[in-house]
Amino acid sequence: MPDKFISIEGIAKRYDSGARETTIFDDLWLAVARGEFVCVIGHSGCGKTTVLNILAGLDSPSKGAVIVDGQAIEGPSLDRAVIFQSHALLPWRSVLGNVAYAVSSKWRNWDRVKVKAHAQSFIDLVGLSGSEHKRPSELSGGMKQRVGIARALSITPKIMLMDEPFSALDALTRGTLQDEVRRICLETGQTVFMITHDVDEAIYLADKIVLMTNGPGAVLAEIVENPLPKERLRGDLHRHPLYYGVRNHIIDFLVSRSKTFTSDRPDHDPRKVPLVRIGKPELTITSGVEQQAVESRQASWPGLARPLTSS
Amino acid sequence: MTASLRLRAGIVSILLLAVFLAAWHLATRSVGPATNMSPKYAKLMGLTATQGKSAMPGPLDVGAKLWEHLKRPFYDNGPNDKGLGIQLGYSIARVMLGYLIAVVIAIPLGFLIGMSPLMSRALDPFIQILKPISPLAWMPLALYTIKDSSLSAIFVIFICSVWPMLINTAFGVASVRKEWINVARTLEVGHLRRAFTVILPAAAPTILTGMRISIGIAWLVIVAAEMLVGGTGIGYFVWNEWNNLSITNVIIAILLIGLVGMALDQILARFARLVTFPE
Repeated sequence: MPDKFISIEGIAKRYDSGARETTIFDDLWLAVARGEFVCVIGHSGCGKTTVLNILAGLDSPSKGAVIVDGQAIEGPSLDRAVIFQSHALLPWRSVLGNVAYAVSSKWRNWDRVKVKAHAQSFIDLVGLSGSEHKRPSELSGGMKQRVGIARALSITPKIMLMDEPFSALDALTRGTLQDEVRRICLETGQTVFMITHDVDEAIYLADKIVLMTNGPGAVLAEIVENPLPKERLRGDLHRHPLYYGVRNHIIDFLVSRSKTFTSDRPDHDPRKVPLVRIGKPELTITSGVEQQAVESRQASWPGLARPLTSS
Repeated sequence: MTASLRLRAGIVSILLLAVFLAAWHLATRSVGPATNMSPKYAKLMGLTATQGKSAMPGPLDVGAKLWEHLKRPFYDNGPNDKGLGIQLGYSIARVMLGYLIAVVIAIPLGFLIGMSPLMSRALDPFIQILKPISPLAWMPLALYTIKDSSLSAIFVIFICSVWPMLINTAFGVASVRKEWINVARTLEVGHLRRAFTVILPAAAPTILTGMRISIGIAWLVIVAAEMLVGGTGIGYFVWNEWNNLSITNVIIAILLIGLVGMALDQILARFARLVTFPE
């Protein structure tokens, strides 16, 4: 890993409840390069949100540290913008007011006009022109999340942290918002750390997909490199020869291996999380312990073999 | 539909008022000379015995007297004969003063309690014990320490209106949604700015509810307090008119107390509507 823009170094989270100590996750190591879009997938309770909150500086690890751009995280920062699952708009402020609040927090000496113009440009960017004076209660779920995205982008952060940003939206709205987030992130070269439950969303958006085992005691099992090219269209995803390979690999993990991973792999080294490349005809592992071949499952089902080439 | 409902409700209200006034009028009207008695004796006995008329005035008497008061609300003929406007003014001024002192103390203190779990627990026993004390029970203590009856009344207003505001502010501040605080934290908003831009607006509806309860209690208590301390105010007026056996004036005072109380409540309700946000 040449460029470690974000480096998660051995973080753990434990909760003390009287005599019993619960370890949500332990010894998590992960590096994210600048401009990379990383999605974390795992079941509820594995501590994904806690990891994100630690990255945001809203929570602190029981052990270990996170280093961003050469500096350890010691609390929330304007360099790291968070898009909350529940959008978390301030309901007493208008759309413009919500975005302007973020803008004026970042540039405290800007005057009102400058703040307003800057906020307006980001409202326009997410396609909410004309709704800037509405209150959040007058907006649909998708529009609210757009405001959340505009608010996060308006402070021009180095990193965007998204906690299942689209999970509360209907499929159609989710699709359009994914398109826009992808467009904006590509245009601005954002480094993104996103949590999701949606495998297709991860394949569409991410460069790397991090698979997390079930908690308590969750670990990062694999980093799946997205084999799809950077130029991808949502409608064309499933036509890509490697799409089903990746998808099936992730779903296999979620369905069965996420439960048994820790017991199957006692020698799993949390510092060297295997990087999985879905290729044809089979998987190759480029890092991690060489002998630990991740068994290829995706083509083992006769009759359901994925198309090798389509175009 | 709603307009017609309002109209119908208004008509029913007016009908109820008319029925009440008619019943009142019939119940208190004069039934004519009760017995034959010597004119001298009749003069001694007064109208109650001679005319069969109740000492309770009828609505027409009250209306006439009210009109008299409304014509000159601010006259001042010495300590025991002041216009109703002056008396109400004294009461409102005392309520406002005691209430404002309570606002100034209860809201910052409520903020502190709401923000700090330590202070919340530490102050809880005091609040629990002090809250149920009838404000009038403080009166002797206030009179002894403050040595001024008018200030004591203000103190009593303060002590009765401080609790609902304190408790509601603490509750409102403590229950501000975590995600709103997190938004402010990720934006590196400082503590003071966070208190004014996130916590205060988020807790404002709850705080205003507390303030509305408080003004209601303060207005209830001022009447009783003024009956005790005497001198001026609508409470004193009620007691003075009772000593004068002027039931008419007592009824007028009751009516005005109700109207002013409603007005105070409506003012706070309007403020509450300003700060309420739909989610």
